[in-house]
Amino acid sequence: MAAIELAGVSKTYGTNAAVREVDLALPEGAFVVILGPSGCGKSTLLRMVAGLEAISAGELRIGGARMNEREPKDRGCAMVFQNYALYPHMSVAENIGYPLKVAGVSRTERQARVAELAAALELTPLLARRPGQLSGGQRQRVAIGRAMVRRPKVFLYDEPLSNLDAKLRVQMRLELRRLHERLGATSVLVTHDQQEAMTLADHLVVMNAGRVEQQGTPREVYARPASLFVAGFLGAPAMNLLPAEVLASGDTLRLADGTLLRLPEAVGHRGAVMLGIRPEHVEAGRLPATVEMVEDLGASVLVHARMPGGAALTLHSPADAAPARGEEIGLDLPPARLHLFDPASGVRLPLGRIPASQRAEDGLFVTSASL
Amino acid sequence: MVERRPWLDVFTHIVLLLSAVALLVPVWLALVAATQDVAGVNSVPIHWLPGGHLADNLAEAWRRGGFATRFTTSLIVAVGVTVGKIVLAMLAAFAIVFFSWRARVLVFWAIFITLMLPLEVRIVPTYAVAANALAPFQAILDATGLTGLIETVSGIHVALQWRLLNSYPGLILPLIATATGTFLYRQFFLTIPEELVEAAKMDGAGALRFLWDVLVPLSRTTMAALATIMFVYAWNQYLWPLLVTTEPERSTVMVELSRMVPRGDGLPEWNIVMAGALLAMLPPLAVVVLMQRWFVRGLVQTEK
Repeated sequence: MAAIELAGVSKTYGTNAAVREVDLALPEGAFVVILGPSGCGKSTLLRMVAGLEAISAGELRIGGARMNEREPKDRGCAMVFQNYALYPHMSVAENIGYPLKVAGVSRTERQARVAELAAALELTPLLARRPGQLSGGQRQRVAIGRAMVRRPKVFLYDEPLSNLDAKLRVQMRLELRRLHERLGATSVLVTHDQQEAMTLADHLVVMNAGRVEQQGTPREVYARPASLFVAGFLGAPAMNLLPAEVLASGDTLRLADGTLLRLPEAVGHRGAVMLGIRPEHVEAGRLPATVEMVEDLGASVLVHARMPGGAALTLHSPADAAPARGEEIGLDLPPARLHLFDPASGVRLPLGRIPASQRAEDGLFVTSASL
Repeated sequence: MVERRPWLDVFTHIVLLLSAVALLVPVWLALVAATQDVAGVNSVPIHWLPGGHLADNLAEAWRRGGFATRFTTSLIVAVGVTVGKIVLAMLAAFAIVFFSWRARVLVFWAIFITLMLPLEVRIVPTYAVAANALAPFQAILDATGLTGLIETVSGIHVALQWRLLNSYPGLILPLIATATGTFLYRQFFLTIPEELVEAAKMDGAGALRFLWDVLVPLSRTTMAALATIMFVYAWNQYLWPLLVTTEPERSTVMVELSRMVPRGDGLPEWNIVMAGALLAMLPPLAVVVLMQRWFVRGLVQTEK
């Protein structure tokens, strides 16, 4: 059963649409990550679920019940904010216990629950402190504690890790995941950090310009991006995108420099396409290219190469066999790893999967610009 | 910007010193005058050093002015005005900052414009209202013909009357509306992060709960600053208490002090008047001294 359902949910500010007709069914108990560039409407969507923004059109259901008109506190959601939003004049214990105090829970029970939570979040020695005396990570944990104290069915996180430094972010990421598994509630996290999204999500939703571009497991979305936008957005370094043309036969691609690539099977589309391949899938082979720049990433190096027709390609190369700047290298674009997109609409063009045995260089041949 | 020019330093210090002298000399003269006897205070040239009659003069001023009751009246009025101003300013700013409603901008500017309409400008209509606080309603009833209607139907002549003259509400209420306070509170409320408001919403706190649990504790320094300014303002009020208290028993310290000033061919007992002035200065002085630390913090707002 879906814990949170959105049916045709939109948000408009005047004539400006921030979220357009979003349909989503978020599975119960899943860790859902909504990923998108800034201004894509992902935070607005989350805030509509929380009840902090009114829903302009469509319906929101949590646990099967319509929520559009309910007050935030009646939706069974708790939220963790980007800047933690702790009450600066209250101690850690008061902060965590505040939702219970508002709900009219007796002092003794409140203290018991705060103590229990503090122990779980390793906040016990800090209970008497004020938020101003805590580090970023500790404040984050207090904010999570305040969200947990009412035992909500849904946790909403609005970019919770973006104010932490890199090391702490990785640590908190693990902690969030562990917490999610222990609580078993549905978690929805909004982020613009794709690494965070890939590592945390059971279910990944990619948004752009107010629309859902693609959703699925992170692996699915990464392996088969549904649109040019997702292909370009997900993955660091980004997927190589080269303009190309499908010739009349339907199974041959011509790159801008005239290089021909044989596809494993014919596609229905003819004419201009966008060819995509991830840097880690570019292999050594017979396509000539010139190395323009080499970036050392530590574990491997990132090579920026240029093909004779002017198309730029990035690829990973082992650190101990890194080519030098200006060196001529040979590349191969394995057909099984290619993605094709309609350049006008950005939609992915279906490309049949091919058996691993065919994944050799004979899938591809190189000639000069003749056919 | 840090200027490194010695002559500028000297100049600024001279300006500061002169200003301090200009401010302090009258106070010193009052202090000296309060320590003289009648002959001493009227001697030419004036005395610059204190004499020995301070205690006598203070006691005489206290007795003659009836300061025991005057101080009570003034304290009630000043505290009432201060508390009223703070509550009203806080609620007005709360409505303007945290709620979105149609007339919000209009109301804000209306409050802002009242900065240009101090009590002295609107004293005649304010007095008319204080003389009968229900007069505006009576005017509406008369204008719409309702008075006549009620009279013909029930035979009762409607004449609404609520006199505020010579009463604490009459002394306090007209002084309570405050654009300055609303402004100060608005500025403070604007520094409250949006997320804090939303966190309170998620935690289930309603508007008044948020005001009481979060805004009031956070605005303690603002409140202290406002209280200091407003207490001094209310204590020093002269014109309105003079108008609204027609019975001498109801007058405030400031009004009483002005009555002590010798007129015509009376005995020029300036020593007593100055002793009274010193007494009248004490409460505001105490408030400023006690609140100084909070006062500065509230206006500068460094603590976040």
